[in-house]
Amino acid sequence: MKVGLFIPCYVDQFYPQVAVASLQLLEKLGVEVDYPLQQTCCGQPMANSGFASLATGCDALFARNFAGYDYIVSPSGSCVLHIKDHLQVPGQEAETTHIRNHIYELSEFLTDVLQVKELPARFPHKVGFHLGCHGQRGLQLAQMSELAAPAFSKPGYLLSLVQDLEVVPLSRPDECCGFGGSFCVTEEAVSAKMGQDRVADHQANGAEYIAGADVSCLMHLEGVLRRQKSPLQVIHLAQILNGQVDA
Amino acid sequence: MDKLTPKTIPVPDHPAAAAAFQADAERANWHDQALWFIREKRDVASKQTPDWELLRETASQIKEHVLAHLDELLIQFEEKARENGIQVHWAADGEEHNQIVLGILRQHGIRKLVKSKSMLTEECHLNDFLAAQGVEVVDTDLGERIVQLAQEPPSHIVLPSIHKRKEEVGELFHQHLGTEKGASDPAYLTEAARQHLREKFLSSDLAITGVNFAIAETGGLVVCTNEGNADLGVHLAKVHIACMGLEKIIPKAEDLGVFLRLLARSATGQPITTYSSHFHKPAPGQEMHLVLVDNGRSTHLGKKDFYKALKCIRCGACINTCPVYRRSGGHSYHHTISGPIGAILAPNLDRQKNADLPFASTLCGSCTHVCPVKIDIHNQLYLWRQVLAQDGQVPKAKAVSMQAMATVLANPKVYRLAGRSGRFMLRWLPGVAQNKRLNAWARQRDMPSPPKESFRDWYLKNRKTK
Repeated sequence: MKVGLFIPCYVDQFYPQVAVASLQLLEKLGVEVDYPLQQTCCGQPMANSGFASLATGCDALFARNFAGYDYIVSPSGSCVLHIKDHLQVPGQEAETTHIRNHIYELSEFLTDVLQVKELPARFPHKVGFHLGCHGQRGLQLAQMSELAAPAFSKPGYLLSLVQDLEVVPLSRPDECCGFGGSFCVTEEAVSAKMGQDRVADHQANGAEYIAGADVSCLMHLEGVLRRQKSPLQVIHLAQILNGQVDA
Repeated sequence: MDKLTPKTIPVPDHPAAAAAFQADAERANWHDQALWFIREKRDVASKQTPDWELLRETASQIKEHVLAHLDELLIQFEEKARENGIQVHWAADGEEHNQIVLGILRQHGIRKLVKSKSMLTEECHLNDFLAAQGVEVVDTDLGERIVQLAQEPPSHIVLPSIHKRKEEVGELFHQHLGTEKGASDPAYLTEAARQHLREKFLSSDLAITGVNFAIAETGGLVVCTNEGNADLGVHLAKVHIACMGLEKIIPKAEDLGVFLRLLARSATGQPITTYSSHFHKPAPGQEMHLVLVDNGRSTHLGKKDFYKALKCIRCGACINTCPVYRRSGGHSYHHTISGPIGAILAPNLDRQKNADLPFASTLCGSCTHVCPVKIDIHNQLYLWRQVLAQDGQVPKAKAVSMQAMATVLANPKVYRLAGRSGRFMLRWLPGVAQNKRLNAWARQRDMPSPPKESFRDWYLKNRKTK
């Protein structure tokens, strides 16, 4: 099994530690991982702003980088969902279909493909979990509060394997953090307020960390926390599971 | 005193209106919490209902069927309704609808009327039109009456005055109904409204109602209210005019068993509305009219990406759950129907005027999953964005920056250079990046701290050289 690691542009540039943790975690679990060096972005920033027509260059590049792998794995649910829903390259239907069907967000790759049953990780902290809307409702990594359907959570299962980690419940379990791509600047007032409210929910419930499966949400929440000089920190699931955090 | 003309909301600019709404932090928080409370009631009610998801799927399929056979069902409905003694009128648009209503009023020499909740008449701006003709219209739904007295449009389709605090209602009632200055006790104010409306009900010869469901099989219609104001108005009037959009048809009476179970639970978390009033024919000595309004609906039906929005039963669940709506208020949508469903309906009527609305969303998808008829709301928001961008309806600056971003991200070498310089800038000139005027992100949020090396740099050092 050959896995291509997809590290979205802003993770590559601003959160390399999340990418390193994802790579190390997969390697620890015995996966052969390759990072294609010419990758950039999934094209979502243009598409969600109405300019999917400008994303053709990104689409072609993505297909070129990842068509040769059995699986494509990424630590950002939103980018994975974008590829799953929208990747199209004229003349490369077979390649793009393969990619769309074999791209996984990291936690679902761990639970569904690797079927991980134990992890050598310890994280003695109170953790609130912010999954990210595209991972939650789009990729269905966990049951959403909107549906009358049985509860499940793939990232939640993985966190349950971590020693001494306490998950704190939130009053609004899956409310959006307000990032929303270019929404965060075009609708600055509402976006920032959503971030502040999301942070307040974690603070009110005694979390020491906001853990997430989508770096874009974490970047947004971290921006709010730093402005408030709050001791609450953000952390990606991969960093907890990789056990590299100084506990 | 009652010839009130709603003020129009001036700027079609959701972000600016939302920022103004947020400026009153106390109200904004209260608004968010009030609507979230209703969303939670909806969650409880839906989870207590056996086979809720099957009900949604059934309702969705019935509505799909209706939209696929709308022409036949409308004809069947019209025939049955006429057989029942209802006078049926067809209106191509809002103007024709208003003229039909005025014609009926003139025929009977009626100059005052009561009206229960009807978003269709709001859409057609009937109140403004009739006021200009010297007709007194009294909205009898309490929330509608409050916004009518405030000379504002409703901010929510189910909870028209949800943006008003009880103190503001007290002041309005003091001015218009003569309640005590400073009184804000809801029971006291409601009693004052009851007395005021009772007098209007008793002195009115004509009642207008909306329509929640029109049954093709029987030619009858169903109106759902919590206040009984539709019934009271109709029973006391000589003439009843029901106004409905074409899409309100359901095939059979038994389909009500699906829709009535979904409607109130989705809307407010109640098992059912207090009143589900069935009108099938005029009472003896009464006249009953029905106005069927197109107003863009048949054009909308022809759009393959967007027609499903016509499945909407106007429960407001998507509005209550929307994290953006809760924090921006209904008036920020400058359209009769606010929130996510409004944002996908409005561009059908006027793309230019409503080009901001599909962007007033994070595409979180909560709307789609509370929708009792499973409209793919967030997907349609995404698709409207594509249409609007193609149409040149997004700000020029955004189009230019998107083109630049697309070029950078399609070229790995350019991307890496841009990334390096971006991180360099952030490290060495944080003042520029953190400038609150130049960078909207930085107004209320810090920028990420830039690492010295990208992941790719790390990877080349730590893996490729092994």
